[in-house]
Amino acid sequence: MIKYILRRILYALPLLMGVNILSFILFFVVNSPDDMARMQLGQKHVTEQAVQNWKHQHGYDLPLLWNDRASSNKKMTETIFYQKSIGLFLLDFGVSDSGRNISEDIKQRMWPSLSIALPSLIVGLLVNISVALMMVLFRNSYLEFSSIVLCVILMSISSLFYIIGGQFFIGKLLKLVPISGYDTGFSAIKFLILPIVISVISGIGSGARWYRTLFLEEVEKDYVRTARAKGLTETQVLFKHVLKNAMIPILTGVVVVLPLLFMGSLIMESFFSIPGLGSYTIDAINSQDFAIVRAMVFLGSVLYIFGLILTDISYTIVDPRVRLS
Amino acid sequence: MRIVFLIIFNLLLSSCDLSQLNNPYSEADPNLSILYSSFSERPKRLDPATSYSTSENSFLAQIYEPPYQYSYLKRPYQLEPLSAKKLPVINYFNAQDVLLSGNFSANKIAYSEYIIEIKQGIKFQLHPAFIEANRHLSSDQIEKLTQLNDFTEQGTRELIAEDYVYQIKRLADPKVQSPIAEFMKEYIVGFGEFSQEVKDKKKIEIKSTPLSGVTVLSRYKYKIRIKGKYPQFKFWLAMNFFAPMPWEANEFYQQKGLGDKNISLNWYPIGTGPFFLEENNPNQRIVLTKNPNYHETFYPSEGEQVDKEKGLLKDAGRKLPFIDKVIYILEKETIPYWSKFLQGFYDASGISSDSFDQAVQFSASGNAQLTETMQDQGIRLQTSISTSIFYMGFNMLDPVIGGDSEHARKLRLAISIALDYEEYISIFMNGRGIPAQGVLPPEIFGNLEKKEGMNQYVYNWKNNNYQRKSIEKAEQLMTEAGYKSGVDPKTGEALVLYFDTTSVGAGARAMMNWYRKQFEKIGIKLVIRPTDYNRFQDKIRDGSGQIFTWGWNADYPDPENFFFLLYGPNGKVKFKGENAVNYQNSKFDQLFEQMRSMDDTEQRSQIIQQMQEIIRHDVPWVFGYHPKRFALYHQWFENIKPSFMAHKELKYLRIDATSREQKREQWNQAVFWPLIAALVLFILVLIPAINAFKKRSRKTVQ
Repeated sequence: MIKYILRRILYALPLLMGVNILSFILFFVVNSPDDMARMQLGQKHVTEQAVQNWKHQHGYDLPLLWNDRASSNKKMTETIFYQKSIGLFLLDFGVSDSGRNISEDIKQRMWPSLSIALPSLIVGLLVNISVALMMVLFRNSYLEFSSIVLCVILMSISSLFYIIGGQFFIGKLLKLVPISGYDTGFSAIKFLILPIVISVISGIGSGARWYRTLFLEEVEKDYVRTARAKGLTETQVLFKHVLKNAMIPILTGVVVVLPLLFMGSLIMESFFSIPGLGSYTIDAINSQDFAIVRAMVFLGSVLYIFGLILTDISYTIVDPRVRLS
Repeated sequence: MRIVFLIIFNLLLSSCDLSQLNNPYSEADPNLSILYSSFSERPKRLDPATSYSTSENSFLAQIYEPPYQYSYLKRPYQLEPLSAKKLPVINYFNAQDVLLSGNFSANKIAYSEYIIEIKQGIKFQLHPAFIEANRHLSSDQIEKLTQLNDFTEQGTRELIAEDYVYQIKRLADPKVQSPIAEFMKEYIVGFGEFSQEVKDKKKIEIKSTPLSGVTVLSRYKYKIRIKGKYPQFKFWLAMNFFAPMPWEANEFYQQKGLGDKNISLNWYPIGTGPFFLEENNPNQRIVLTKNPNYHETFYPSEGEQVDKEKGLLKDAGRKLPFIDKVIYILEKETIPYWSKFLQGFYDASGISSDSFDQAVQFSASGNAQLTETMQDQGIRLQTSISTSIFYMGFNMLDPVIGGDSEHARKLRLAISIALDYEEYISIFMNGRGIPAQGVLPPEIFGNLEKKEGMNQYVYNWKNNNYQRKSIEKAEQLMTEAGYKSGVDPKTGEALVLYFDTTSVGAGARAMMNWYRKQFEKIGIKLVIRPTDYNRFQDKIRDGSGQIFTWGWNADYPDPENFFFLLYGPNGKVKFKGENAVNYQNSKFDQLFEQMRSMDDTEQRSQIIQQMQEIIRHDVPWVFGYHPKRFALYHQWFENIKPSFMAHKELKYLRIDATSREQKREQWNQAVFWPLIAALVLFILVLIPAINAFKKRSRKTVQ
């Protein structure tokens, strides 16, 4: 398995290089170094000289990908792409164009993101599985039918509506929790309740229906019939046998998103003023801060690849028939 | 198990104040005068030499003190000493460097000297940079640091003239990258030479490098020598760019490794102002705390006539500041902010379009007033016209719409009449603006009110008010311009004009349709060219745009700061200046040159009227509107007077924390019954289902 993981990591390197080149090209198609300088220097009294000074100081006065004027291998190394990218592979994200240490910011902002995303995932998973099991348990009854209708309704509502509606109802009318904000330590709990509740409720529709499909598929299998024939009750069949076997696709689906939980949620963090990583990239794009954009795209790609490797490994753990080679 | 339960219960108790479950603040604040505010965009930099944005200025203005400030209550805006002892003494010299005295014309002046004397005994805020050992840290010591508050030892020292001179040297240092460096090069003697000299030197070495035009005269007195006469320079001295900076700051912050921990001058300022930055977490919150070293400053005892009636002079003569702490919370969306304001967790609020109807209604006479719900909560409304202008610009280099031909002028004038900005303000701004009659906003010297200040080319004076000229007049102008019924004789079809805008997306569609409709009134087909801001700026820079909208917010309260936007030698395409429409009129330029070096006299006012007349006649702009700021304040928030200059108002504001606490308790009683009802309903639904399931299970077993 170690060989397999090492090979996957080596495969990831050209992939990351590709992502890096792509994000570099996309960024500089829209923004030129001059635009970046003007954005940082402000709108008033910005002279051409000031723009040139800024570019020189931040290393944006070099050619983008290829330096014709340089000699031999410097043609490639004395470029914005090389100078700004090489540190990424050592996970050195450097300093943002506004002068802040990006690694420090990421370290600081990933915890609030995680503090919403992780409980939302765990509670959401438990709730969705419970609802799905209940639907399967009461299948072919009014409860199942009304649950499916409810799930479809929940799926059809925009996530923004849940957020604004939740803030209005729970925060503004019932006054049970703060409408938005964040704090450190245990004081953060009261700020996290509402976003977690909202993200769980907004996910029930699609989650419960998906798990119900998985459970129904299992319920029809031979081993379930055998279990019933042995005289087990329906609850014993569902919780002891069906749930265990249906966990394989559930678990692998969860593992792949685990690393991406660090990246946070843009809308949720924005509406609840949670200082996470979700809005970090968007803010950077708006302020044309290339250093942050490339760091976040790179980090996202690394985490995604890591998630895929974890998924592969989790297959071997939950299903002994799978072997990595 | 019981212990675990108790721990969890205690933790929950500690995290939630049960009297106000929805209180977002953990500080125990009933006895402290804390002002709660927000920021939607994290500040990029808090260095007075580089920061030039209004949002950053709202923090910096409380921390740094330049020599001068604008009077808090007096209008029109007036300069008064802040850290300076008195207003600057200005001496003029001719080309031979001889002091001019008596009556002399402005064109004889080759140099002006500003002599500034500062108050004695002013001290900097406490800061680790003032302890010598902290300026020579070992790498191990730096490694252990995470934030500025980790320093146990802090010091201070007296403010001296050298600190002001040092800051001006920083403005000139290319490594600092001040946005006004290139601009100041034109004015301050020796500024450009100094930049060249220090560009390869270490930051700290600027201290020992002389700047010929800026010199220390004594411990508390310094002199700035500028080229020619530039009366507006005194306004620059009220900006943070000219606030003092101790040289120790540079020595402290340049230590290797501190920057990696975000400990830099950009994030931890060192000032002499009424507040200091106690906590800077731009990802979450920024806290300003009352500076214990703040010098004696008192609430003003003079203001406008109405200030006494409004109770703004109640605190006259009292020591400033009144507020102990200001907490700014990162709040990106307007809806949560608005809800928290109504719950009493923010002390003031603007009004977004979403909540405008909930907050404001217009009386039959057109006056804005608060709705009953707002009045019941004791909320107060304040409106004020900002010192800004938003205009539609015509590129004067464009062959169709630009140029000084009579045809093009009449075409521009016809558009000016057709473009109904009264309607625009009503539809898109909820009435928050006034149509502009010229280049100058109210409260700027030279602006005239009512009939005297009317743009007679676009408006008539009727029933004691402005009335836009009829569309027939615009159609007549179109005919005179050679476009009868809007038809372009070259194509035989409707004249096509191009509007470059950065307003894109579904939200801007209604506004773009409105613009199209306005141009259609006179038969013109308007083609909207949406673009991102970078490309838009490119088009303005290379002169390929035709029609666009833009705005200007005053740096200082002087007409020069608006008219320079139309001064020929400031043309965007030819000279890379701020004249985005590339307007050039030699008579206007001549009057501008004369006006900018004059003091505020009757003669200057007359010249300004001539300049307004030229612009109204030539129509390089459609004068759009001056925005009107609507702000809401809770009853416990006192001494509020809107100011659009320098933003130093925080020290004058007062909060009645006891009253606020009472109101918060009254407004924030948690409601539990809907939750209990929902739980009961769920159980009621579940019981028959469980029974049915049990029945079915039994059947299976049988």
